[in-house]
Amino acid sequence: MNPRRTLATAGRVLTQIRHDPRTVVLLLAVPSLLIGLLAWIFSDTRVFDTVGPAMIALFPFTIMFVVTSITTLRERRTGTLERLLSMPLGKGDFILGYTLAFGLLAVLQSSIAVGFSVWVCGLEIQGSIWLLLAVAVADAILGTTLGLLASAFARTEFQVVQFMPLLVFPQILLCGIFLPRDQLPDALQAVSDWLPLSHAVDALRAVATDSQDAAYVAGELLIIGAWIVGAVVLGSITLRRRTP
Amino acid sequence: MTSETSAVVVRDLRARRGAHPVLHGLNLTVPSGLVVGLIGPSGCGKTTLMRAIVGVQIVRSGTVTVLGRPAGSAPLRRRVGYVTQDASVYDDLTVRQNLLYFRSVLGVPLGDVDRVIDATDLAPYAGQLAGSLSGGQRSRVSLAGALLGSPELLVLDEPTVGLDPVLRVELWSLFHRLAAAGTSLLVSSHVMDEASRCDRLLLMRGGEILADDTPAGLLGTTGTPDIEAAFLALIASHPSVDDTFPAGPTDAGHS
Repeated sequence: MNPRRTLATAGRVLTQIRHDPRTVVLLLAVPSLLIGLLAWIFSDTRVFDTVGPAMIALFPFTIMFVVTSITTLRERRTGTLERLLSMPLGKGDFILGYTLAFGLLAVLQSSIAVGFSVWVCGLEIQGSIWLLLAVAVADAILGTTLGLLASAFARTEFQVVQFMPLLVFPQILLCGIFLPRDQLPDALQAVSDWLPLSHAVDALRAVATDSQDAAYVAGELLIIGAWIVGAVVLGSITLRRRTP
Repeated sequence: MTSETSAVVVRDLRARRGAHPVLHGLNLTVPSGLVVGLIGPSGCGKTTLMRAIVGVQIVRSGTVTVLGRPAGSAPLRRRVGYVTQDASVYDDLTVRQNLLYFRSVLGVPLGDVDRVIDATDLAPYAGQLAGSLSGGQRSRVSLAGALLGSPELLVLDEPTVGLDPVLRVELWSLFHRLAAAGTSLLVSSHVMDEASRCDRLLLMRGGEILADDTPAGLLGTTGTPDIEAAFLALIASHPSVDDTFPAGPTDAGHS
């Protein structure tokens, strides 16, 4: 790995996205639009205040996962990935370059989603809005790195697409949106304790209701951070220079 | 021919592309400093062989030695240039941005970008998005990327497909200029008239090498007037090569 190649890769990915303004708009606006829709659906109830924080975790996470895995899938299909891997680009340079580029987009996307939820949709946040933003950003970066991991694991495009239901949907089902996690069957609760989205949702709820101290949120952030690092490392290791 | 004077030595190479066995015990040598043509129909295993030489193909058995080292080993990644059959460039970057990125990855001087743009006659399009170019122009961007850093071995998979005849002649003269400067080139083609432009030919069919000779030598031994006739004569004298060998996804999927 080499910082120059990593940064060159991140810069290249951002330049590509800059050439596609529609993608930039979609990427930045869609999570907020979905949160707005949800707020509208529940406008006559108190439901939005309960599920709103979870949605700040859910939408950016899912969208970043999809966008990242599709972008790297495109590298695979157009042969540019094969070209890069026949050149002196480290696998870590590739994964980390993408993480940096999409991480930057994740910061923008999450900031807009948090701002929109609080100031437009009227989501009540008892705790620190900065802490809320920190968790949201970490969560969106997590979506990016899991998307990278999925596409590094996969050898074909079909496999990449199927990692979305495999890696994302179970986390959504088990993160406590459908049923509070402490009411899940014991085995599922144990599984959900290990899933990063559960911790992101827990942390966002804690900040929204100010029910826990900053140390608790920091602990949850650390767990999400560990998943991010783990996904980057595993993604770098499993990316294959040689394919069938 | 010893390995010191050979750019590539392939011994008993077996490989599958997807589920299909494509190469079944291939032996060949690519001498250095020459333009070697790898000529054969689509699906005969040219791409699989080239991927094995570049080190991106999973091989089942056999050895591939490139510039004295095992194919795909790390030091080779800046000494070997590879152009895939489909132009592997970023459509949403300009020509120059593509080359600037490849330059950063290779760690070669900035001025090299202008050199390869000129060598491939891309100067008028340098500021255009690669996706807005014609097929021939895009494949030249891909070629320009492989020329960065002046690698010792160039592996070019059908680099002249879809080019207009004038440009094709120009590229072949570029290949010979590079060879004269010491670069070894392995250039695949399914167009027989390009074969006569090569210093040496490897005729390939059904995953096997039918002939390894100079164009003149090939015409001499087969007593034929052109390369296409020579190829047909060789096929007729090689009953071991299965005529109905199924075309793997190798070339079919890319052409």
